[in-house]
Amino acid sequence: MTTTESTPQSGTVTGDAPRPTGPLSKIDYSERIPNNVNLAGDRKLQRALESWQPKFLDWWKNLGPSIPTHDVYLRTAIAVGRDGWAHFDRVPMEEYRWGIFLAERDPDRTVAFGHHKGEPAWQEVPGEYRSDLRRLIVIQGDTEPASVEQQRHLGMTAPSLYDMRNLFQVNVEEGRHLWAMVYLLQAYFGKDGREEAEELLKRNSGDYDSPRILGAFNEETTDWLSFFMFTYFTDRDGKYQLGTLKESGFDPLARTCEFMLKEEAHHMFVGTTGVQRTVQRTAQLMKEHGTDDIWEYGGIPLSVIQKYLNFQYSVSMDLFGSEVSSNAASYYTAGLKGRWMETRRKDDHLLTDYTMEVPGIESGRMTTRTVPMLNALNLDLRNEYSADCENGVKRWNQELEEAGLEQRLFLPHQGFNRKVGAFAGHHVTPTGEIVDEATWERSVGEYLPTAEDRARVAELMVPHHEPGEFAGWISPPSVGINSLPVEYDYVRF
Amino acid sequence: MTTLEDRSAATEGPGPVAEPAATPEVSFDTSPEAYRHWTLSVDGEVATLTLDVAEDGGIVPGYELKMNSYDLGVDIELHDAVQRIRFEHPEVKAVVVTSAKERMFCAGANIKMLAASPHSWKVNFCKFTNETRNGFEDASAHSGLPFLAAVNGTAAGGGYELALACDQIVLVDDNSSAVSLPEVPLLGVLPGTGGLTRVVDKRGVRRDLADVFSTTAEGIRGERAVQWRLVDASVKARDFPQEVARRAAELAARSTRPGAGAGGVALTPLRRETDGDTTRYEHVRVVLDRNSGTATITVLGPAAVPGTVEELQEQGDAAWLLAATRELDDAVLRLRTNELAIGTWLLRTEGDVATTAAYDEFLLANRGHWLVNETIGFYRRTVKRLDTTSRSLFALIEPGSCFVGALAEIAFAADRQFMLEGIWEDAAEEGREALPPAVIRLDEFNTGLLPMSNDLTRLQVRFLGSAAELAAAEAAVGRDLLAADAAELGLVTSTPDDIDWEDEIRLVVEERASFSPDALTGMEANLRFAGRETPETKVFGRLTAWQNWIFQRPNAAGPEGALRRYGTGKRADYDRKRV
Ligand SMILES: [Fe+2]
Ligand SMILES: [Fe+2]
Repeated sequence: MTTTESTPQSGTVTGDAPRPTGPLSKIDYSERIPNNVNLAGDRKLQRALESWQPKFLDWWKNLGPSIPTHDVYLRTAIAVGRDGWAHFDRVPMEEYRWGIFLAERDPDRTVAFGHHKGEPAWQEVPGEYRSDLRRLIVIQGDTEPASVEQQRHLGMTAPSLYDMRNLFQVNVEEGRHLWAMVYLLQAYFGKDGREEAEELLKRNSGDYDSPRILGAFNEETTDWLSFFMFTYFTDRDGKYQLGTLKESGFDPLARTCEFMLKEEAHHMFVGTTGVQRTVQRTAQLMKEHGTDDIWEYGGIPLSVIQKYLNFQYSVSMDLFGSEVSSNAASYYTAGLKGRWMETRRKDDHLLTDYTMEVPGIESGRMTTRTVPMLNALNLDLRNEYSADCENGVKRWNQELEEAGLEQRLFLPHQGFNRKVGAFAGHHVTPTGEIVDEATWERSVGEYLPTAEDRARVAELMVPHHEPGEFAGWISPPSVGINSLPVEYDYVRF
Repeated sequence: MTTLEDRSAATEGPGPVAEPAATPEVSFDTSPEAYRHWTLSVDGEVATLTLDVAEDGGIVPGYELKMNSYDLGVDIELHDAVQRIRFEHPEVKAVVVTSAKERMFCAGANIKMLAASPHSWKVNFCKFTNETRNGFEDASAHSGLPFLAAVNGTAAGGGYELALACDQIVLVDDNSSAVSLPEVPLLGVLPGTGGLTRVVDKRGVRRDLADVFSTTAEGIRGERAVQWRLVDASVKARDFPQEVARRAAELAARSTRPGAGAGGVALTPLRRETDGDTTRYEHVRVVLDRNSGTATITVLGPAAVPGTVEELQEQGDAAWLLAATRELDDAVLRLRTNELAIGTWLLRTEGDVATTAAYDEFLLANRGHWLVNETIGFYRRTVKRLDTTSRSLFALIEPGSCFVGALAEIAFAADRQFMLEGIWEDAAEEGREALPPAVIRLDEFNTGLLPMSNDLTRLQVRFLGSAAELAAAEAAVGRDLLAADAAELGLVTSTPDDIDWEDEIRLVVEERASFSPDALTGMEANLRFAGRETPETKVFGRLTAWQNWIFQRPNAAGPEGALRRYGTGKRADYDRKRV
């Protein structure tokens, strides 16, 4: 499916949760937990959730947003239909109704690729792939609450109520994405699944003893520029991972991810517009004062924005794993994880006879080598991702162009600052030059944010918690949420 | 267990024999009237089993059973005959095994049959023949029924191994009859029914002499065979019958069997109804699911307990444990031989816990009685068959089951035990009987009466790593153990409740089906037999490890290998590298 990076359309309050079928439980599940998985009639799921839900709420209280609020103008998914998935209302955050939604089932869906191509999509986990599927779901699930933990203190320094609301919207939806993965674990993986669901709450971002699984999710998000960069680049990795799982032969996983992608589109929107508004303000100050060094005028210099971009892009590239991967090949052949837009690709969807050029470095020079396509699927996905990342950069550069400035932002070379894959262990500059250790050490401060850069950005992070107020380093958006004015009190204390 | 059959026809040779088009379904049903290869005769306290293989009587077409060489069909009769001596002839106190052929006791397994068989057939055949030979030793050790091999002609390969399974071997001294294990020098393989193990382990042949013996194709005869301890006596042809009779009488005199007047129990034909993929016996039900590759084997517990051992005897082969064991044994053998693609067996029981426990108590109270003893022995051998079955075994312990004592051993023979925690919550709603939670109950059957081939109980093997855990489990004898108790004692692998049950079982079965069947067979055999070795475990373990390896190697099975070239007049061309 395509995700559009715009405000969600038709955000009016319509559409009910589906009528529950089966014996009714004492608790009104459809009210407390909006869902379209017949929770009210599913004893197994009810029991699993009964023990998990309080633990989730505890986690939210302890590791969710740290700034106390009264209520927030939030979107809640209450049904999957066109109207139901974007229901807006003021909600106290701890009363947010995290729900469980899968995209509508296509009864004729078949496995689109790999060894099982053409077989009916699986409605149950095939025992053969149980542990692989569980692993994929756990890894995806682990990233969802991680970003909430990473961003928990950002509310304190929000540049406006509008932005604070967007942060919280992303946070509650990441929470719902956790629910979505937990649903799969509890509904389809028995006891092991329930145990894994609990572990998802026990690992915490940056926790020394029990960190999140992927490295990028253990770094604290310190300021709003890195939040926007994270949401643009790292959430986008999530979007692409979801895109591959959306093709999965395991139908409930595919349907879950398809629905999550709708919400992910909003997160992309927050990142794209967040950086764009920052650049807009920077361009304005540069033009006004005729200098790049706009710190003293309360803006973030373009070079620092580029360094933040360099950092977030390169660590997000690492999340795709090694360019050459036998796991990726076996997930594909097994039908567990497809390619981005798998069904639109014009090939045999088996890939056993295809090859792909994989970049790397040999004897100090950029090279490529040919590997079986099946082994290069991580790279295939990463290339799709990189191309997508370019779109935002274009949009940001438009702000510079409109301000009549020469400078431009750009995506660094794929080998820049990489810790995983073919470029790990080498020093590649943002423009793609291979340099030695000493040269790298001398110039790294020009490529990546220095401690001083971060400190100066942090100085600018002064909270603006009055309706309609915006911090000086960022421009206000042109429209508000759900056709409300920009000055609306999106968050109340 | 390979053979010297037909050395004279060396020029024609087996050559590359085509595999039989389709392996026919093998039945283990037979009785003395139907035997084609063996005769069972009983004279007072001595039974004589005489081998006279019908050349055209192969169980599969495509080879002739020349020179008293055997195939699975011949061995099915031997197994049946031994069972009948044990149950139908309690008066028999010694068994003589001999041949009706001139100067040929037995030439071992038929080489053309082996050359033509798929690997799986060879393995199943070897397994069954080994179990039958172990049965001789079991009868001697546990039923006081000794065996005497009256080797009245050459005993080569599997023929000598048949003699090795007996308590004594008397070899005729006619200046030509020899005992031999010609597998290594002639066929490039190993003796397959424990020959090498028994030569050194049971008969105590010095290892260097055993080395000479096992590489000398024509074998050893006369006094030297006695000196080397390969046989117990070498007797001139004219004295042979008297010497055999004297020794048989001597063995009988030491027997602990009840003797004349005990009154045997006739083993009547098994009643087996097959309807598609379901086979029903009186106390055993087998349901195949070819999609998932599983067989669900359900053993039904007893409906009532005999009041006295006389009543048990009156019930004859309809008595519960004897009948159920015959049926289970038959089901196991048929599944093993005929259903190779059914890779996972789900083992269940159904019945009343109290009645099953009472039945065990009855057996324990009367174990001195020969029929009770034989029945327990038969059951012990049948559970051992499970141990050596190359299938994944999962026990499903559900409400309505009766895993008590003897029947609980079926669960402990399994690779994993799944026990349902609680009850079937929806049973009443769904119109099924509301059954109490499943329990396991241990008794003396679990603490010593049914050892595995390594002479350890399944509990001892299970808790090899912890004497305290073993003691705790053994201390639980007599208690009804619910899932939580069983899990705490380590008697079960996992205890899903009714919500998880179906999914857990489905997933574990599907996962199992996705693994390499060969790797599973190897893994399971490795894990099942923890603890010390015995000759019996060596026989199985070495057969599986070495023989199966050699059977696959080009030096034996390749076009230039010894097994394929045997009889063609051409010498085998070996790859000389040692591996
Ligand atoms: Fe997410
Ligand atoms: Fe997201």
